[in-house]
Amino acid sequence: MFNHLLSLLIWLPVVGAIPVLLAGAARPHLARWLSMLVAVLTFVASLFLLQQYNAAAGGMQLTESYLWIASWGVHYGLAVDGISVALIVMTTFVGILVIAGAWEVIQNRPHQYMAAMLMLEGLLIGVFCATDALLFYALFEAILIPMFILIGIWGGPRRVYATLKFFIYTFFGSVFMLIALLYLYQKAGTFDMATLAALPLTMKEQTWIFFAFLIAFAIKVPMVPVHTWLPDAHVEAPTGGSVVLAAVMLKVGTYGMLRFILPIVPDAGAHYAWLVIVLSLVAIVYIGYVALVQEDMKKLVAYSSVAHMGFVTLGIFVAFLLVRESGDVGMAQLAMQGAMVQMISHGFVSGAMFTCIGVLYDRMHTRSIKDYGGVINVMPWFGFFYVLFAMANCGLPGTSGFVGEFMVILASFSANPWIALFAAFTLIIGAAYTLWLVKRVMWGDITNSHVAEMKEINGRETFVLAFFAIAVLALGIWPQPLVHLMNSSVSQLVQQLAIHKI
Amino acid sequence: MSLSTSILLTIALAPLAGCLLAGFLGKFIGRAGAHGATILGVGISCALSFYVLYQLTLGGAEAYNQNIYTWFQIGNLNASVGFLVDRLTAMMLVVVSFVSLLVHLYTIGYMADDDGYTRFFSYISLFTFSMFMLVMSNNFVQLFFGWEAVGLVSYLLIGFWYKRPTAIFANLKAFLVNRVGDFGFLLGIAAVLYFLHTLDYATAFGAAPGLLGRTLQITAGTQWDAATVICICLFVGAMGKSAQVPLHVWLPDSMEGPTPISALIHAATMVTAGIFMVARMSPLFEMSSTALSFVLVIGATTALFTGLIGIVQNDIKRVIAYSTLSQLGYMTVALGVSMYAGAVFHLMTHAFFKALLFLGAGSVIIAMHHEQDMRYMGGLRKYMPITWITMWIGSLALVAVPFTSGFYSKDAIIEAVGLSHRWGAHYAYFCVMAGALVTGLYTFRQMYLTFHGEERFTVLAQHGHGGHGHDDAHADHGHHEPGVLAHAPKESPWVVTVPLVLLAIPSLLVGFFSAGPVLFGNWFGSAIHVDPADNVLGELGQDFHGSLAMALHGFTQLPFLLVLVAFVSCTYIYVFNPAMAGKIKRALNPLWVVLDRKYWFDTVYFAVFAQGSVKLGRLLWQAGDKAAIDDVMVNGSVKLVHRIATSVRRLQSGYLYHYAFAMILGLILLLGGYWLMGSGHMGSVLAGQ
Repeated sequence: MFNHLLSLLIWLPVVGAIPVLLAGAARPHLARWLSMLVAVLTFVASLFLLQQYNAAAGGMQLTESYLWIASWGVHYGLAVDGISVALIVMTTFVGILVIAGAWEVIQNRPHQYMAAMLMLEGLLIGVFCATDALLFYALFEAILIPMFILIGIWGGPRRVYATLKFFIYTFFGSVFMLIALLYLYQKAGTFDMATLAALPLTMKEQTWIFFAFLIAFAIKVPMVPVHTWLPDAHVEAPTGGSVVLAAVMLKVGTYGMLRFILPIVPDAGAHYAWLVIVLSLVAIVYIGYVALVQEDMKKLVAYSSVAHMGFVTLGIFVAFLLVRESGDVGMAQLAMQGAMVQMISHGFVSGAMFTCIGVLYDRMHTRSIKDYGGVINVMPWFGFFYVLFAMANCGLPGTSGFVGEFMVILASFSANPWIALFAAFTLIIGAAYTLWLVKRVMWGDITNSHVAEMKEINGRETFVLAFFAIAVLALGIWPQPLVHLMNSSVSQLVQQLAIHKI
Repeated sequence: MSLSTSILLTIALAPLAGCLLAGFLGKFIGRAGAHGATILGVGISCALSFYVLYQLTLGGAEAYNQNIYTWFQIGNLNASVGFLVDRLTAMMLVVVSFVSLLVHLYTIGYMADDDGYTRFFSYISLFTFSMFMLVMSNNFVQLFFGWEAVGLVSYLLIGFWYKRPTAIFANLKAFLVNRVGDFGFLLGIAAVLYFLHTLDYATAFGAAPGLLGRTLQITAGTQWDAATVICICLFVGAMGKSAQVPLHVWLPDSMEGPTPISALIHAATMVTAGIFMVARMSPLFEMSSTALSFVLVIGATTALFTGLIGIVQNDIKRVIAYSTLSQLGYMTVALGVSMYAGAVFHLMTHAFFKALLFLGAGSVIIAMHHEQDMRYMGGLRKYMPITWITMWIGSLALVAVPFTSGFYSKDAIIEAVGLSHRWGAHYAYFCVMAGALVTGLYTFRQMYLTFHGEERFTVLAQHGHGGHGHDDAHADHGHHEPGVLAHAPKESPWVVTVPLVLLAIPSLLVGFFSAGPVLFGNWFGSAIHVDPADNVLGELGQDFHGSLAMALHGFTQLPFLLVLVAFVSCTYIYVFNPAMAGKIKRALNPLWVVLDRKYWFDTVYFAVFAQGSVKLGRLLWQAGDKAAIDDVMVNGSVKLVHRIATSVRRLQSGYLYHYAFAMILGLILLLGGYWLMGSGHMGSVLAGQ
């Protein structure tokens, strides 16, 4: 019965979007409940996936493969390893919370909003289990469409600029990936990712392909200096769009690095690891300063996302240094695990932060920090969640935000103390921008009559925030189950780093 | 016999349960339910802590070292949550739970009319849990968890009255300064992992001797000693948490929090976490005398120079806060001369008498209707005799009058520094000796200003709003006219005075009974490691002939004479000749300005780090993200495309002759090109067609 579990996970939300759409504008309530049903079913299916996946064995499991485009040998190929499973479960979990979060907030064509959200969820799951490069590419591009719609229709006043910037920026990067894939196809005669991983390539070839992939994925992550689409997209996106964008879509970039750069061009990756490491450190330090001075809450959190994703890219590429230069496989695993845990953790923490901002925005219709002040006086329970997620955002131990950063910093010290020094700077600057935000929004006396009229969070909002809180705390208090789920896959990835292709 | 895991788990988790009950169900269980639940939780922990201490000392139990659950396992690297409970931990458990229990009790009285009553109980229980996790940890990960968790609670409690701008400034400042320390601390942990390949205490300490001769390359050609790098990084963490110069600036501001937490967190327990940590890491610190010299100099500087600021403070809590800084300096000095047992001993005695002083100050503050300025006090002794007497006991312990607890711990530190040959010991000896005089000056000044002399406040005629008029002052603190009270001051209720009495007893007696075993009897056993060559405490112990002899000897020593000088001069100035204080202040004006401005640390930090960072951030945002990336690269490429497109579009004019002309021109250029390159190419091109 589980032979087509991955297909089920992809197609359930995509096909489920159709009845939601058919419910129509006239029956918004039906549309909401239907979409919730689909989201919950998808989540349940992902729990089956968790149960079916054999974490101890590692490797690619639950494989499905059908010939899709015969003339090019393109397959509809799916399989998952521990990392994919973790990302998929995170996606379906966030999927429920996003639907619940939009419940009565989206009044304009809710059925279409919900349908787009489900569609997006299905495509993202697809990205995380594709084993055929062309399928991956198709899905990688396809996720732009529902996101384009979400921002373009339900977005803020500058949504046209933001959507175009978002679309062209990311599309620009994908072109390079396509070229690289076509080159690999004409060499290997297949788009099968496992075959491409074994393909011998000269250093010159690897270098070209490395940079093509790097541009594509760096934009998606996003890494400095190609990150400027993200704050604009976030600011204009509706809350749910922001949550999915930060929580899941950004991970597509780092996931792509794992699946393409690491196995296909390991030598070029190792050779240019310093470049990615420097860019990651710039993301942590420079973006920290930029986040500090933001006047728009959403921009601030968007910038903080860039800084946190810096730890993911840092961890991945520090693993290169550790394997290739220090020969320290154990530390490389720690770095890589740190990056993976950070991906999952950032999904919850950033999702929660954007949900919080959504809660505030729904009441005040402004994202400007200076319009707030003393919110805790009128919304104490909300204040509890807000401070909790803020603490997770500045990496307090006991929350998920700490685990990944801690692992990456520890491991990078072994590669080079200077890397750890710059990375650990996040302890100070991250706390500075996050808690200064908390101070200006939450603490203090009530600053104006609009704040005084704010209502405490309702049951639905409490539900969403509580589930985010449970995830953030559970991962922070006991990360071992997650680490165990990904451990075999991570050590296999690290072993691949050591393989020289030239 | 060995310690039971379930008892240790109960010690840690009982306060957490109390915290969750009071925090989440506070509305349902009410005020009495909240303080009942939390006091029960901490009470259980306290009783069990004493039991554990009993088991480890008289009961002959072995030290406990076990993991509870695996936090993560990656390859060979294991990170666990686990407990290491030896005598060092047991002493901390007893001190923390005892002071915490009394502070819980005291809070019933102190916060009686505060809206945040249940929240406050929830926080202090959360703090107790975090502190237990810190001191009971058997590994670096959990240590860091406890370390940051107490920092979080400190943040929440300093900003407890979140409507006050000063409170929410102070708590942000405290958190960020602590994060600077934690930055070093985390790097220290990373260095431990790099050199010793473990995060577990026992394994790391066992491997510590292997650090000898190992180095870390910082820049090309610069090699740093491994142990020194590790220890200095770890100590930077201690400097943040235990408020050592130059990371001390957050502690005085932390007085914005309610007084019970000033006693519990910012005097007795949390701020001593750094001292505890270094003592716990003694096997590592013993590997680097360079690092210990660094510790020594920092501690000595803190001990003397922050004490000096205490002399010019007028806020009763701030005097005690600067005194705490100075005493933490003493403990750090003790660490610096490898006298870990002495540092922890002073930590313990200090916890009792400093908690006493803070709670006493809180009692005064209640009586003064939330006036904290000593210039509007005076003559309070007749209104509140219990507070007065107990605070004198605490003060005598603080200035180290022989026979009090403070004497045994502090005098031993001063003597030991005199014996030490470590680099910096001479400077430190001068600082701790001069510090004895300074301690006397600010302590007696404070006691006289508060309790003696003439009353410098006026009491309004009784007007009818019942017996609890003073208590709305929480909210509008500072708005009333200074020195004017609605009612005459009166002694505080029993929930306030009982903790004072219970703290006065150990402040007076614990030193006399425990100095022999704890200081000189190798009481800590294997929990603390001292290199025999540097064992100043052992050297000192050879002259120790019991607590009585030590105290009698103390009367003839320089530290006591300095205290006497301070006593005589303060008595003269503040009792017999009150005008004198003003004259001295005017005569020494430049010095007074330096101390009043606190050596300009706050001013400079605020300008450089706070405002400087914001300026730097703006600059980077405008010049980097907006100008260089968005305007030039992103929108620049759009414009470039647009410009090229615009010019290229002109070619598509729609006129046939334009196109014909272009075709002819193109053909000529093409043919000309091939002709220039030679006929061979031409031939192949034609053949290809």
